[in-house]
Amino acid sequence: MNAVTALFRREFHAYFATPLAYIFLVIFLVLTGVFTFYLGSFYERSQADLESFFTFHPWLYLFLVPAIAMRLWAEERKSGTVELLLTLPISMWQAVIAKFLAAWSFIAIALALTFPMWITVNYLGAPDNGAILAAYIGSLLMAGSYLAIGVCISATTSSQVIAFIVTVVVCFFFTLAGYPLVLEAFRGWLPDTLVQLVASLGFLSHFEAIKKGVLDLRDVVYFAAMIGFWLYAGAIVIDFKKAD
Amino acid sequence: MLEIEGLCKRFDEHLVVNDLSFTVQPGEVLGFLGPNGAGKSTTMKMIAGFLRPDAGTARIGGADIVNDTLQAQSKLGYLPEGAPAYGDMRVDRFLEFMADMRSLRGELRRQRLASVVHDVHLESVLAQRIDTLSKGFRRRVGLAQAILHDPDVLILDEPTDGLDPNQKHEVRKLISNMSAEKIIVISTHILEEVEAVCSRAMIIANGRLLIDGTPLELAKRSRLHGAVTLQMKDSGEAVAALQDLPGVVTVENDEALGEITAIGNGSQNLLASINDLVRERSWPVDGVYQKHGRLDEVFRSITREALT
Repeated sequence: MNAVTALFRREFHAYFATPLAYIFLVIFLVLTGVFTFYLGSFYERSQADLESFFTFHPWLYLFLVPAIAMRLWAEERKSGTVELLLTLPISMWQAVIAKFLAAWSFIAIALALTFPMWITVNYLGAPDNGAILAAYIGSLLMAGSYLAIGVCISATTSSQVIAFIVTVVVCFFFTLAGYPLVLEAFRGWLPDTLVQLVASLGFLSHFEAIKKGVLDLRDVVYFAAMIGFWLYAGAIVIDFKKAD
Repeated sequence: MLEIEGLCKRFDEHLVVNDLSFTVQPGEVLGFLGPNGAGKSTTMKMIAGFLRPDAGTARIGGADIVNDTLQAQSKLGYLPEGAPAYGDMRVDRFLEFMADMRSLRGELRRQRLASVVHDVHLESVLAQRIDTLSKGFRRRVGLAQAILHDPDVLILDEPTDGLDPNQKHEVRKLISNMSAEKIIVISTHILEEVEAVCSRAMIIANGRLLIDGTPLELAKRSRLHGAVTLQMKDSGEAVAALQDLPGVVTVENDEALGEITAIGNGSQNLLASINDLVRERSWPVDGVYQKHGRLDEVFRSITREALT
């Protein structure tokens, strides 16, 4: 087994070493159900699709993904194992990606466990399963973006609580970046072109088409670029803060 | 061979490691001594490839830690300060994980795992989570992971810190057993450890190398090296008579212990002349012995000079 696989497996199993994984899965599944059926008016809409299910994913991820991400590097720094890990024959990049993939896979499992939702909608009607699959993939990509932000912020601190709170705040900003709440805050002092740029960074805006089952290449590229950018920033932060 | 060349590290404006150069050959156990904050751990972190030096480099078996980091790190076993390990893992799972990180496979992996568990005596705690272990066992787990892949170079930052005397003895024995074909660098505060396991000792302070020699050479720099102690009550004449002997610089009289110590300038062997004196005057002496010099005293005087 090579070092990247070994680290991936360790990180993945680490979630299940504490009750964290199970608590997360239960909360995630209960909340997706509650949101879909009560807030999303799944039945009242009388449509054979999962839009009312996917609509709430950004809001679920906003709080749940930071809880998955917070330990990734903060815990390593707190316990000093970051020194152990980065003196093994594994490059910083490999370590960052292995850890990210482990957490992402865990989220993928949580997402996959919502399959009863898919069964329900297929039982009740004849949905476009291709669109549902596309929305699942888009949702996972968006979760990866939330996670990558969390990875970077987790690297800045040795406190998991601080990592969690700051990640939620930053993710909140990116979730709503295309909406007046955030844009108004910038409009006063940023030139219009930059305000446009901020507006184009919103998760909700990029998720708009995805939740309907349309996986636009631009949205895929956007989320992939977010993941790449935040992981890169995370690696720089880890390198920079080693001496602390 | 471990070659350290002009290693420098600066934190903010403070030069923590200042142009450190030395070479260690296989078979040598190098003891790294220095007061807290002297730069010992920082130096070790740079050799292990965790911190990037501001200048200089370290070569581990020819592999440069700055430019060829992974190659160098694969030849190296490192026990960081405080022996960190993943607390949520069982000891056996942790060691298996480290074996995988070191790309050990098949029979070799199985054999190395069994061998370190035996050498470091971890049999009884294999199924325990690391965060439930005592400090001594944690340290041993750290040692086990460092030697797991049978590396050519071992960097151990305070390997016996927090161990009881029996455990210290075990770890020192382990280090001595491995020392024949390896390069081992240990940092320590415990000077008796240097005498027990090291073939070479270095004292650093303020990031600078002050002394490099065998523990014996270091001890010779002690003021007390070659001093002769007489166990007797001073009858009044002894101190004065010793003082008059050629080669004696000072005489210390410890009445509480009932010891008189004649300290020489190092150029003459005092034992013979003092023996003659004792016999000639027939002093009621309970014992006569020669001191070898004490490392802690050398350590104190050298580092104090450097700090002022």
